Amino acid sequence: MEHGSFSDHSKSTFSLSDEDHTLANSIRFTLNQDPRVAFCGYSIPHPSDARVNIRVQTTGDSAREVLKDACQDLMLMCQHVRSTFDKAVVDYKMSKPVKDMSIEK
Amino acid sequence: MHRSPALDMPDVPKGQLPPHIELQRTRVLCNFDAPTHTENVQYSGAYSSMGVDNSLRMDQFCNNFRVEVIRLSEDDMEFDMIGIDPSIANAFRRILIAELPTMAIEKVLIANNTSIVQDEVLAHRLGLIPINADPRLFDDLSENDTPNEKNTIVFNLHVRCERGGPRLTVKSNELKWLPHGSEFPLATENTTSSSTSKPKTYTSFSCSQDSLPEFSDKSIGPKHPDIIIAKLGPGQEIELEAHAVKGMGKTHAKWSPVATAWYRMLPEVVLLQEIEDEKAEELVKKCPVNVFDIEDIAKGKKKATVARPRACTLCRECIRGDDWDKHVAIRRVKNHFIFTIESTGALPPEVLFNEAVKVLEDKCERVITELS
Ligand code: SF4
Repeated sequence: MEHGSFSDHSKSTFSLSDEDHTLANSIRFTLNQDPRVAFCGYSIPHPSDARVNIRVQTTGDSAREVLKDACQDLMLMCQHVRSTFDKAVVDYKMSKPVKDMSIEK
Repeated sequence: MHRSPALDMPDVPKGQLPPHIELQRTRVLCNFDAPTHTENVQYSGAYSSMGVDNSLRMDQFCNNFRVEVIRLSEDDMEFDMIGIDPSIANAFRRILIAELPTMAIEKVLIANNTSIVQDEVLAHRLGLIPINADPRLFDDLSENDTPNEKNTIVFNLHVRCERGGPRLTVKSNELKWLPHGSEFPLATENTTSSSTSKPKTYTSFSCSQDSLPEFSDKSIGPKHPDIIIAKLGPGQEIELEAHAVKGMGKTHAKWSPVATAWYRMLPEVVLLQEIEDEKAEELVKKCPVNVFDIEDIAKGKKKATVARPRACTLCRECIRGDDWDKHVAIRRVKNHFIFTIESTGALPPEVLFNEAVKVLEDKCERVITELS
């Protein structure tokens, strides 16, 4: 849900339900790393309410698009982390029997 | 710190951070009184006055990000994750603990319990037993669903301690998997339709779970056979049925697929100047986890070296007293995480991490679709 103004798209608050620090803090990171962002931050209005509010203020671009890009960046990062991790695990498993043998010898 | 008037300052090369700022950016300095520079500089324009771009560039991230597996066994693993922001490393940790689906006993139908363990305590103990079943093969059981072979695992437990015999310890291996579903008839059904050939039970399985291809090769049961559930005295008996369903750690810790998952930043121990002879011996003795070693240098002289910085617990013993903090510096690398995952056994740790990253991806995707 977006709370913004009709005339100025560069500032908005996005209210995401069923999310918490896990997503909000990661998105805050990717938002902060975007040069178009002038300010961003998040808050959890009430601890027993599963909801976060993410505030995005940009230097002129649409806040919604910038937030979407931030999510996209985070997703790409995740995909890279996953492939790198899987590769590292496979490499480790491949090298393991070799290592074991060299200890015995 | 040495101060010089602004006009005498050497020119700072553009496009690269001066060494002391680079140190503050990448390291937590663990001083003897308190750590400093603990914050992470996230803002893209933080160093723009020095001509340094702090924004995220995906290609740069991809080039620098590394994973090194240190240890991997059936249910625990340790790996180094290098070149990632703590906010994201922490997201993975939080997801591992609280947001990965797992199977756990949720409903316990107690037919008889004459042991000294009360029903509710017994049910709670049963809930915490790790179940060796891949949660990805099951559906969620929501409030209006009937329990069926796709969302419920049924176990039966029936033990009796004979009179005159010794006391009995009931362990988790007494939980017997019922692939055909519940065997307890529904109480209301008995009176209305006694003529039907098959009495209705608490679950409605359309087929046996062990006939399904995904379970045919491996039977479902508690991960560990030797978890003590209760102790029975002579004449005491427990008869019950336990229904395991899919859930998430944020609802209850029994649905957490990890015993725990945590990370720490890589410790970095630096000798600021040569430490020789007695001082070196003293330093080696100071450290309780043996981070330092002594190396012989020419002419019978000895000097201290940092041999095992990874073992450092940051107890700060080596910088206590005298001028020791002028000799040794203890730091933590801000973007190097030593990640440890201890699985409870349903899924191997490397699969859990993979799933956790997928969960974060799904969350992003959800937000993107919601915004479009
Ligand atoms: S901080 Fe403690 S563990 Fe680390 S090097 Fe110093 S004495 Fe050893």
